[in-house]
Amino acid sequence: MGLVDSINWMAVAFYVLAAHIVVSALLVVCVRNIVHSVLWLAVCFVAMAGLFLTLDADFLAAVQVMVYAGAVCIMVVFGIMLIRRSDMGHSNLFNGQTKIAGGVVALVIVLCGALSARTQWLLSPNEVPAETVDNIATLLLSKYVIPFEVAALLLLVALIGAIILAKEVTVDATDSER
Amino acid sequence: MVEFAMQHAWLVPLLPALSFVIIVLLTRPWQKLSALVSIACMVSSCVIATLAAYGIFTNHEFTEKPLVYAARWFSLGLPGAPDLVVNVGVQLDPTSAMMIFMVSLVASLIQIYSVGYMEGDPGFSVFFSYLSLFASSMLLLVISSNLLQMFVAWELVGLCSYLLIGFYTHKISAREAAKKAFVTCRVADFGLLLGLLSLQIVFGTLDMVELSEKIHHFQEYTTAGVLTLIAVLVFIGPIGKSGQFPLHVWLPDAMEGPTPVSALIHAATMVVAGVYLVGRTMFLFSQVPAAMELVAVTGAFTALFAASIALTQREIKRILAYSTVSQLGYMMLALGVGSLTASMFHLWTHAFFKALMFLGAGSVLHALHHKADVWEMGGLIKKMPVTGWTFVIGGLAIAGIPPFAGFWSKDEILSMAFNSGHYVLFAMGAITAFMTAFYMWRLIFLAFFGDEKPENHPHESPVFMTAPLVVLAFLATVGGLVGTPWTPWDINWANWIWFHEAHHAEPNYMVMLGSVILAGAGIFLAYQLYYVDKARAKAHALADKYRALHTLSYNKFYIDEIYLWFNHSIVDGAAKLFFLFDIYIVDGIIINGIAAVTRLFGEGARISQTGRLQNYALVFFLGVLAVAVILAFTNPSSAGLMLGGVK
Amino acid sequence: MQLTLSVSLTHYLVLSAILFGIGLFGVLVKKNAISVLICIELMLNAVNINFIAISKYVTPGDFIGQIFAIFVITVAAAEVGIGLAIIIAIYRNRLSVNLDEFDWLKW
Repeated sequence: MGLVDSINWMAVAFYVLAAHIVVSALLVVCVRNIVHSVLWLAVCFVAMAGLFLTLDADFLAAVQVMVYAGAVCIMVVFGIMLIRRSDMGHSNLFNGQTKIAGGVVALVIVLCGALSARTQWLLSPNEVPAETVDNIATLLLSKYVIPFEVAALLLLVALIGAIILAKEVTVDATDSER
Repeated sequence: MVEFAMQHAWLVPLLPALSFVIIVLLTRPWQKLSALVSIACMVSSCVIATLAAYGIFTNHEFTEKPLVYAARWFSLGLPGAPDLVVNVGVQLDPTSAMMIFMVSLVASLIQIYSVGYMEGDPGFSVFFSYLSLFASSMLLLVISSNLLQMFVAWELVGLCSYLLIGFYTHKISAREAAKKAFVTCRVADFGLLLGLLSLQIVFGTLDMVELSEKIHHFQEYTTAGVLTLIAVLVFIGPIGKSGQFPLHVWLPDAMEGPTPVSALIHAATMVVAGVYLVGRTMFLFSQVPAAMELVAVTGAFTALFAASIALTQREIKRILAYSTVSQLGYMMLALGVGSLTASMFHLWTHAFFKALMFLGAGSVLHALHHKADVWEMGGLIKKMPVTGWTFVIGGLAIAGIPPFAGFWSKDEILSMAFNSGHYVLFAMGAITAFMTAFYMWRLIFLAFFGDEKPENHPHESPVFMTAPLVVLAFLATVGGLVGTPWTPWDINWANWIWFHEAHHAEPNYMVMLGSVILAGAGIFLAYQLYYVDKARAKAHALADKYRALHTLSYNKFYIDEIYLWFNHSIVDGAAKLFFLFDIYIVDGIIINGIAAVTRLFGEGARISQTGRLQNYALVFFLGVLAVAVILAFTNPSSAGLMLGGVK
Repeated sequence: MQLTLSVSLTHYLVLSAILFGIGLFGVLVKKNAISVLICIELMLNAVNINFIAISKYVTPGDFIGQIFAIFVITVAAAEVGIGLAIIIAIYRNRLSVNLDEFDWLKW
């Protein structure tokens, strides 16, 4: 009883989720088949949704699952299927700068970690309010209504832009393939 | 009318320039029309010049204070307070008025003469355009109010001289002579340019009136030594342009050009530009006695030296060319002993009789189809009376027989040299006078008297050519009368053209008699050797007796050969050294070396330009890292603010 | 046996840094353009973790971090759409999505 009570379940959840996130992210980068890569990406996103729950962001966790694990991953898989038709086993290779990039990335991680550890945060003693959706909805439609509408517009523009870019333009294609 | 001419004296150089433009752009295909345009402009210019000169000479105040019309040419420096202002304009005083009158008159006569001389030449129109350009430049030179403007004109006449000497471009000798003249004068002009720049630097102006006032108290600006150096530098220009020793070598070769050119440019006008420049800058030279001595000695030596060469030459124009050098030496001598009057007087008379003789020589060459050796002529006076007798008048004038023009001016120079105490220079001048009479009359007796040569079929030249001869002969006869000691003071040369003060020259009978005796002796000797003795046995015997001297004189004292040797051994040797230096040091190390280093860096930088986005992103993140590290660890306050959000 | 597991803001930030680093590594080293796009998504998610963690620990009542995360997700969705369209267009011209072959910036 004492053992179970003394365990900080939040911390356990964090470590488990964090391990999932890091491992699946590493697999995203490392596997040689791009479809597998996308699958591990989905795992990573779902784990992240769990992490958001530990941060009292239940609305965002839902959004994360729907938008990222659902829409984005499916879209990427569609993209892969449109352009790569054979030999998936070598569809996701490394280029020649892995070592030096690894060095830079290690430095980035160390620097960010060191800075966040060094910084003395002004931690707030308060808890996050329970009804997150209410609060976010109120803020988005009152104080942040203009960024909200702009974001909507951005999505529309992205939609149109993607259609135009990806549209089959036969004349141009034959021109440049020559 | 006179008032108009004086106010619009700028038209004098402009009209020939206009005719140059018209001929070159429009009338070149029509030869007669080109000649007509050229002569019309030249004569109009001459009329304006005459009127302007008349205006100047009837109003004595311009002697003291020149009539200057000037306009801003350019200025450098801040607007409102320019550091350098150069004006361009015309300056009329008796000296320049005399010059524009003389130059435009001689140029007009020679253009008329050229109609006959150049007939049938394919370059007829071009020739007239060049003559116009030359006349324009020369008139601009003499009328300039500013030494920089004068220098521009000075270079322009040099250019025309080059073009006209090399006018017969099919002749190699003409091309070579043109190059020689141009290069030699350029050497001298460099000295002149240095001198003018020094004047500008020291005195801050090149305007002649202003400069003369400033140089009057030159101690406020510089020392006497510097001023002497400047004067010597300025004098290098005239040494080249006026064919003084040792840069006289181009002038005899310049006779390769058509004879009217020799008469106009290389006898009457351009070559006296040097004398004129020294005369114009007398205010400078008179302040530094050493420079004056240099001018005088150079002049006297050149006079004697050139005359001794002329004694033995065989080509008619070459004799005249050395005679010109010799006479220019006289003018320099006069300037050197301080007499602007005598120098300008001799310049004036010399222009007439030397132009006359050159045109006469041209007439002879025209008749003999360019056979130039005087030993192959003879008895020409019977077939060509006008040419012959006018040439004789010229001979009398240059020898110094009264009352012809040359006597008065030469006498003035000799008496000035004598009076100023330069006895050695006087003696040199006197010997030169004797030699001049001898070689000129040797030429006359050989060419015009004696037996006719059967192989020659001379004929008198057309009226276009003889008419200018007659006019010039008249001027050579009476041109000196304006400057005799007995001329009424009001119209006397010495009353108009002087430096510092006009002084009445008392007739120096001893000098006068001496120079007449010397001239007479020279003529008599020539008469004995070349007229009485038909076979010229005595002359040959004399030449044999002094073979060494004769060879030396005949080969022009080997000056050309010395220059050639100098060129081949020293200049070419140095050039080889410099060539190697250029190839290996300048090109090899400096130029190609710098280029190679740049290329090396370029090649190095090129490696970094892979064109791959991910390489760039990597470098970009390295940069971001560096900035973050610097901000985080060097400046805690701002780094804390930016990266931690904690105050 | 006493397990002293605890969790704080720094833990989240370090996790975010690691995730960001992995994403960055993928962006820098993967040949496939779509893979690079995926890795950019990882980096954006790392940022989201930061936003939400700081929102919880520093300004719990304001929801600013969460709203920012929503915008980030929006923009990321748009970015994936456009990015894929661009990759498809390039593939149509070049018949390749290999970034090593795309060195047009060189000339």
